[in-house]
Amino acid sequence: MRCESNAHPDPRSPDIAAVTAALGTPLAQILALLCAWIAIGAVGLVRPASLKIAGRTLFPLGAVCGVAIAAIAAAHLAQPPERMELVIGLPALPMHLRLDALSATFLVLLGAASAGISLFGAGYFRVGQGTAPGLLCFEYHLFLASMGFVLLADDAYAFMVAWETMALSSYFLVTSQHRIGEIRRAGFLYLLMAHLGALAILLCFGVLQGGSWRFTFDAMRAAHLSAGWAAAAFLLALAGFGAKAGLVPLHVWLPEAHPAAPSPVSALMSGVMLKIAIYGMLRVAFDLLHGLPGWWGLVPVALGLFSALYGIVFAAAQTDMKRLLAYSSIENVGILFTGIGLAMVFHGAAMPAVAALALIAVLYHALNHAFMKSLLFLGTGSVLHSTGERNLGRLGGLIHRMPWVAWLTLVGVLAIAGLPPLNGFVSEWLLLQAFLHAHEVPYPFVDMLLPLGAGLVALVAALAGYVMVKFYGVVFLGQPRESTLATAHDAGRMERAGLAWLALGCVALGLLPATIVPALGQVASSLGVGALPAGGGSWWMLAPLGPRSISYAPPIFAGTVIAGVLLTVFAVRLTYRRPVRRAPPWTCGGDALTGRTQDTAEGFGQPIRHLFTPWFAMRRSLPTPFDTAPRYSVEIGDRIWRALYEPLAGWVDRGAEVCAVFQRGRISTYLLYALATLCLLLALVL
Amino acid sequence: MRPIDWLTQVLEVVAALAVAPLFQGWVSQCRAWLQNRRAPPLWQSYRGIRKLFHKDAVIATNASPLFRVAPYVVFATMLAAAAVIPSMGTRLPFSPAADAIALVGLFATARMFLALAAMDVGTPFGTLGARREMMVGFLAEPALLMVIFVAALTSSTTALPAIAERLATGPITLSPSLAFTGVAFTMVLLAENGRLPIDNPSTHLELTMIHEAMLLEYSARHLALMEFASALKLMNYACIGFALFVPWGTATGAEGPFALAAAIPALAAKLVVAGAALALIETASAKLRVFRAPEFLAAAFLFAVLGMLVHLLLGA
Amino acid sequence: MGQTPFVMQLLDSLAALLLLLSFAMLAQRRIATLVELFALQGGVLCAATLLLAWRTGDDNLLLSAALTLSVKVLALPWLLRRMIRRLGVYWDTDPLLNIPGTMLVGVLIVVFSFGLAQPISALASTATRSAIGIAVAVILLAFLTMITRRKAMSQVIGFLSMENGLFFGAMSATYGMPMVVELGVALDVLVAMLVLGVFFFQIREQFDSLDLDRLESHQGGR
Repeated sequence: MRCESNAHPDPRSPDIAAVTAALGTPLAQILALLCAWIAIGAVGLVRPASLKIAGRTLFPLGAVCGVAIAAIAAAHLAQPPERMELVIGLPALPMHLRLDALSATFLVLLGAASAGISLFGAGYFRVGQGTAPGLLCFEYHLFLASMGFVLLADDAYAFMVAWETMALSSYFLVTSQHRIGEIRRAGFLYLLMAHLGALAILLCFGVLQGGSWRFTFDAMRAAHLSAGWAAAAFLLALAGFGAKAGLVPLHVWLPEAHPAAPSPVSALMSGVMLKIAIYGMLRVAFDLLHGLPGWWGLVPVALGLFSALYGIVFAAAQTDMKRLLAYSSIENVGILFTGIGLAMVFHGAAMPAVAALALIAVLYHALNHAFMKSLLFLGTGSVLHSTGERNLGRLGGLIHRMPWVAWLTLVGVLAIAGLPPLNGFVSEWLLLQAFLHAHEVPYPFVDMLLPLGAGLVALVAALAGYVMVKFYGVVFLGQPRESTLATAHDAGRMERAGLAWLALGCVALGLLPATIVPALGQVASSLGVGALPAGGGSWWMLAPLGPRSISYAPPIFAGTVIAGVLLTVFAVRLTYRRPVRRAPPWTCGGDALTGRTQDTAEGFGQPIRHLFTPWFAMRRSLPTPFDTAPRYSVEIGDRIWRALYEPLAGWVDRGAEVCAVFQRGRISTYLLYALATLCLLLALVL
Repeated sequence: MRPIDWLTQVLEVVAALAVAPLFQGWVSQCRAWLQNRRAPPLWQSYRGIRKLFHKDAVIATNASPLFRVAPYVVFATMLAAAAVIPSMGTRLPFSPAADAIALVGLFATARMFLALAAMDVGTPFGTLGARREMMVGFLAEPALLMVIFVAALTSSTTALPAIAERLATGPITLSPSLAFTGVAFTMVLLAENGRLPIDNPSTHLELTMIHEAMLLEYSARHLALMEFASALKLMNYACIGFALFVPWGTATGAEGPFALAAAIPALAAKLVVAGAALALIETASAKLRVFRAPEFLAAAFLFAVLGMLVHLLLGA
Repeated sequence: MGQTPFVMQLLDSLAALLLLLSFAMLAQRRIATLVELFALQGGVLCAATLLLAWRTGDDNLLLSAALTLSVKVLALPWLLRRMIRRLGVYWDTDPLLNIPGTMLVGVLIVVFSFGLAQPISALASTATRSAIGIAVAVILLAFLTMITRRKAMSQVIGFLSMENGLFFGAMSATYGMPMVVELGVALDVLVAMLVLGVFFFQIREQFDSLDLDRLESHQGGR
């Protein structure tokens, strides 16, 4: 292990000095913690069937590691980049590692969000018919560590190794209930898309090295690409990282894989892994790739806006709660890509402050989404555990049975709906403020078209509110739709702790943007995108574009609302002291209310289905008036799947059939092939 | 911050609290006159609220705490919004806390709580109302945001006081983009406050109502707070409209107590005119079917977008 | 940004109103209302011409304002109204693209034409240069109106509205076309209207409908 920075010579013993010096740097500390994750996982392998070791000890330990990583990375945000070379792997091809502001930001995200998920996981995993808890623990921590390595990698080789490890470990996590055929299918689709994406990323690195044939990121930074090659690299990166992040039309694996995985894994994939893909996109677009005209940013803007709308519209029509959240992830990924594209456009148009604002909006939203989406996925996990139901049509009224889960999930719901003073609003606000300057870009047509994107972002945010009311209202409010729900129990202590940690993160990110935004500004300035003007605001007031301009002060804002609530309660109590009487609700003169008289998830999605009819491939069966047990069913299909993927699959099948001609299954035929190849090669070489 | 600014701030909140039901009463009085009915007295809304405060609160057996918290949250958000909107003076101590976008978010928070509370008991009407309210909400919000965008383009900030100040102190110009966005804003106001083409505030016909359907399960003080909150919301929207389009008369900048003293009658005059205009619009329009509401709000969005494009082209 | 004179502000507002009316025509499904909107557009055009005439002191513009008033506000709408009554076509339901979709395309067209006009506006020296973008937008929106409609009647109104846009563009760019051209155009439009009217009756006699879809199956030789 060689360390290039902060090496203090120690006279006593060179070996110990090297080790202590190496451990003294944040990069080495983080590396050690990542290795600790792997070690924790490996311990789980010792007794794979033991839930006690894996659940009660190892997962909380993993959470502690996560917090430590987040703390170290957060402290390193403002520091200059730090490098290291690991002499492992192929000879003469060491792995380069680097910790800079961008990777530190995402390490904070990884550590902090995974801490909550690990805590939750400690109470969540059970011994079942699927993968044993110890093995699951290994895969889980390997997944975490590989994501950390992706963030630290500073050459294409290390990046791809870590990236593939991430894909494989998450594949095994997704298919932990591998006895169910549907889940195996979802896992296969995920693996397929992950590898297609990885192929695109590999090709992208191949283009980025620019003829130097050195695959360190430093060589790529120094490379000069022509505009055409730069565009090719960018599009490859967009395809590769877009496939991993779930950008439409490469999103098809996401609504299949996320519901299939166990909830903590869904949370980890949706909350953290998608952000790793965003990190990759940011790394390529703002760090490695040079010489790309700024207007190329319009491609991610367009794709992102479409993804956002597509995702949220489909989320509104879902009846499976985890699938709904998966589609909502597509929406958020769309918003992230919109921000990335916007930052590129502004960067290309030499508007540094606004470009930095857009980039900060992306980073902030990534952080936010990691917390709130994990929180929601874990909430569904608790519901799934205690009721065994994922279908919204069989849930309801759980706020009475599971108050902890319900109230903590409410925080996530309000946050993801983009409501102040929680965190979802902050990134939305930043993005809209960036959009406000979109008319100043010096490209004709774009300067008028781009501001319209703000309207679309607003529509998506408002639709997210709609979807979240549906999600929360149908799962937790109203009357139970099944009698079995009466036995539902609240989450255990560890699960509550995990949920509370993430909810706390949502609140903190919502109330303290004025401290976090300047920290994220370090990333923008270290990438050379631009810097926010100094001197705006204080710890409670966010004023990113300088004083006497836009401002938002969430602590005051929240304080005003809370003070308003308290004052109102106080005033009402002062004037009015009558008791509250309970009575059965009004039933319009009919029989008593049952779970079936209230609106269903399908019903709640109906306005959206009506408004966006052409988007859906819908199959509906309506009951006739004479049905004794009327059942309404609607099946929502994805048009992109039918229009793009099914023909593609058909072609692949046909191609495979053609190839099958050569595959006879007889040994002598294969030997003949080998002989022919050998002869051909000999003829060519000699 | 000067003491006069704090005085303005306090005065604004108190005025909003005191005048909001009166404004609602004024609108219904104008409506009654226009429809050749005997008008209810101006203070009818106060009487209603007072009566509700004196009743026993009855809530459904399966109502959760969320149901009981929601009225307070909705009322407090409306009060907070009233504190931020520059209706009398533009140098409010609280106004930097929230710009126009945050204000939209504040209204969205209130709407979300209202809808969640409506779904809490699990009656068919509650969920129906919640669904419709959220539908109107998600259609109105982009339009409202585009309106704010156009106003923000002229003054390159989303802070309401700055927008109002710029328009009030600048030369009076004929601005087609402001006219377009003004129309869009009016349409959003009608939709968001459950006024006529979208929702009828004076009906209890179950299948057509939106706002009332969500309040069906509320009674006594909870209902009073909800009603008060909706009066405040109407008032807040009117004041946002004044700040965006007719800020003249508002005390701007470093002017002294005289400007404030002049701002109070100015605000009163604006409210009187706005209330009459609102009544006129409501009388002249018929209730739309629920599924025509998207068309109505799409038109509002279109107006706002055209306003923005015309602004970008003409620079006015 | 200097203060633009009030007359110019008024002119800009009228231009914006013209654009708005084009959008209203795009969204309108009732043919009778379409005619009224067209008449209103003519009225706005007439007002704009008068305003410009007053500002520039150009008598020719006064004349063309009178022409606009007589042809586009009075004569043509009268003809159209009569035709509607005689033909009995009141609605143009189910357009080729639904209304929100049409509106979206319309907004894109406006963006396109405004973007197109920006460099021209920068070069032009007339006082009304900012209106060129709107004129282009009105023309293209009228085109869109014609494309999305099924009834021959509404297509003709779209065509006439396109002429409005052309007229406005010419007026704002060069203070109006030469009088001869203008008179010729006005006459052309009138004659075209009359000829088309005759056509309508013939088409209806022949096919019992004014839906242009019916004509598609009668393309020559097929």
